[in-house]
Amino acid sequence: MDKYEQHDFDVIVVGAGGAGLRAAIEASAMGAKTAIVCKSLLGKAHTVMAEGGIAAALAHVDAQDSWQTHFKDTMKGGQFLNHWKMAMLHAQEAPDRVRELERWGAVFDRTPDGKILQRAFGGHTYKRLAHVGDRTGLELIRTLQDRGVHQGIDVFMECTVHRLLKDGDRVTGALAYWRETGRTVVFRAKAIVLATGGYGKCWKVTSNSWEYTGDGHALAYEAGAELIDMEFFQFHPTGMVWPPGVMGLLVTEGVRGEGGLLKNSNGERFMWKYLPEDKRKDFAETPEEAKRWLDATLAGTQTADRRPPELSTRDNVARAIYTEVKEGRGTPHGGAWLDISWLDPERVKKKLPSMYHQFKDLADVDITKQAMEVGPTAHYAMGGMRVDPDTGATTIPGLFGGGECTGGMNGANRLGGNSLSDLIVFGRRAGAGAAEFAKKVSEKPAVRDEDIEAGVKNLMAPFERQGEDPYTVHRALQEIMGKYVGIFRSEADLQEGLKQLQALKARIGSTHVDGSVMYNPGWHLARDLQNLIVTAEATCRGAILRKESRGAHSRTDFPKPHAQLGKVNMCATKTPDGMQVAPTPCPEMPEELRKLFEDKK
Amino acid sequence: MIGECTFRVFRGDRSGGDLKEYKVPVETGMVVLDAIHWIQAHGAPDLACRWNCKAAKCGSCSAEVNGKPRLMCKTRLDDFPQGETITVRPIKAFPVIRDLVTDVKSNFAMARKIPAFTPKKDAEWKWFQEDIDRVQEFRKCIECFLCQNVCHVLREHGKHAEFAGPAFFVRVAALEMHPMDDLDRTKLLKDQFGLGYCNITKCCTEVCPEDIHITDNAIIPLKERVVDNHYDPVVMAWRWITGKKTV
Repeated sequence: MDKYEQHDFDVIVVGAGGAGLRAAIEASAMGAKTAIVCKSLLGKAHTVMAEGGIAAALAHVDAQDSWQTHFKDTMKGGQFLNHWKMAMLHAQEAPDRVRELERWGAVFDRTPDGKILQRAFGGHTYKRLAHVGDRTGLELIRTLQDRGVHQGIDVFMECTVHRLLKDGDRVTGALAYWRETGRTVVFRAKAIVLATGGYGKCWKVTSNSWEYTGDGHALAYEAGAELIDMEFFQFHPTGMVWPPGVMGLLVTEGVRGEGGLLKNSNGERFMWKYLPEDKRKDFAETPEEAKRWLDATLAGTQTADRRPPELSTRDNVARAIYTEVKEGRGTPHGGAWLDISWLDPERVKKKLPSMYHQFKDLADVDITKQAMEVGPTAHYAMGGMRVDPDTGATTIPGLFGGGECTGGMNGANRLGGNSLSDLIVFGRRAGAGAAEFAKKVSEKPAVRDEDIEAGVKNLMAPFERQGEDPYTVHRALQEIMGKYVGIFRSEADLQEGLKQLQALKARIGSTHVDGSVMYNPGWHLARDLQNLIVTAEATCRGAILRKESRGAHSRTDFPKPHAQLGKVNMCATKTPDGMQVAPTPCPEMPEELRKLFEDKK
Repeated sequence: MIGECTFRVFRGDRSGGDLKEYKVPVETGMVVLDAIHWIQAHGAPDLACRWNCKAAKCGSCSAEVNGKPRLMCKTRLDDFPQGETITVRPIKAFPVIRDLVTDVKSNFAMARKIPAFTPKKDAEWKWFQEDIDRVQEFRKCIECFLCQNVCHVLREHGKHAEFAGPAFFVRVAALEMHPMDDLDRTKLLKDQFGLGYCNITKCCTEVCPEDIHITDNAIIPLKERVVDNHYDPVVMAWRWITGKKTV
């Protein structure tokens, strides 16, 4: 197989966002010869777009906070479909991972007494999010990037993994191509960590970049791994809705954490109407109480007052805005008003600088004087590879996962701020898991020539066949997902969606591109579509089976949660007859953790 | 739709190329990157460009729009007079790979040369917001490299081997001014990074999409530190007499 460029490593990490970088740092620190392979330039991964903060029970602002409370918040947010052990490890280890970032050079905002400052976010009982204004993700990725580069990790950037290669049951390598030249690269590795992020490009209105095409999800699925909770896709409640070019662009939850109010076209602060009955006691009863909570928060003092209703969980706020618009109380461009203009303009600019510039530059709105127009945008995949909480190992030997492309951590809905902490907690664990695994592999990993040739043939096919432009087919996919597999779902819609997705497979399999193999985006998209359709189908099939409403999954025909369905995760696997999705029991929480939920009552 | 705009986009590679014309329908609030995406999706799927966040946070979509270095995602079409043709070329200070994509590998090689954050031993990890306001300004850098692109030391004189460039002075400044960092990188700035070549024309500051005051807040203070550490006669005498490195 000398006709292709070849490399041998102990551990290959696919993806260079927070999880991938943290995994590579750990594997390399453990002595494994490690490389990162990523689709974009180093430092441009989706993590840079994370704004609000990293959730970690440091208890710098609210001294009562503890890992137990963070754990409980995460499980409640995920409606108890989370893997309890992931939620537990995450809550226990996030503070150490945040302190570690600081030791590596991250510069978080400070409390008046010189510690890492923390802000309030939806679903978190206490002020918990360590942050840097509204560009926390950039700080995280830059810190890890510097650390990784100086640790001597090899980076293959603008290099796209197209197929995983196996020897029997075990994953032993990856087939990739260089964007710059179109040339094929073969990696042989003792272990591979997938850290490729989500699949928001299934929808038109999304906060996600072109990279988010479910690569890790599909690579793992094709290699035989299990995907769980794929029906749960988070629509972030506050994306920009105007102008058209920026529709879907994220407006950080930090705006609400800093005092932003949500209002409909009648000027009504509507979130009070949508608070779930059992959570109502956690929120302020009156605007006056909410204001007192905010005043105390801004002053950095303690208060018995409760938080504003705008800080309800994301699934709930997204449904509320959607419903207000649908019932005719939307803003001129079909959203809700998010207003922070009633606060001190200097504070707004200091705490939300990129939001200030984003609206000023792109929408001609000065958020210190005017309200923003916001609406739901496809944002985050709760579902993904089933992994072992301790090691990130998938069900396939040699294959590991970390970050958004894994499932289990977030259950039915993710709390804001739990993603950045997930990346560094489980990125580290997956890197360590992969390095440990690699140590035990004595023989040189073998890859099969016929698999390589089959992969290359599939990759090159769009140049050779006649068919549609991949952009047209991508638009068709987004239309199906937006229309039938969106925020609110029903049996009839989902069945129709599934039928149309099935029909779309033939169009994806016959896309045609022209031009050269050098840096050809159309060709790349033709490839990405093969991954997107896997995630779209898994989402749709999971949503059909889940005949209830829970977390981010809302069924108009089954508006309430169903007790039995609260005990299972939907699991998608590849079979000779195509994709199979079936319920599997949630891992049982041990008694001492279950008690945590009883004590409070 | 509110009319149509004519674009001329560089199509080509290392061996050369031409501007190619495209007509693009214009919507309210549209930016240059939207137009490039529209062109890709309507007849030119192989038009190469880099982008990720589309929100001026990742610094991928740098290009020269009507001769000015810009982030395409932040450059609105309604900033141009109605009817004006908009020309988009790759950034000039880096070798073109294809269309709007350039070879920026040299930036990553340069980043490796900067000694990493090295915290003081046994220090208390406590500092205040006012200690880090300046460092946070530098850490806003999104690595779009527009500052490198306009710097005449690189753009006109091609001193890539001897001169690190504004983006990396910002990086060094963030480390040097970090309250916990224990290294002194001034010798590197003087001997290998060619800080002296900068004659403070502030072109870098003007193009920074993150409004980092590159010249005033990073480069000039670094120049002062280099002078203090390496050219101050009193300090030099002190070192000579005492044999100590710091005063």
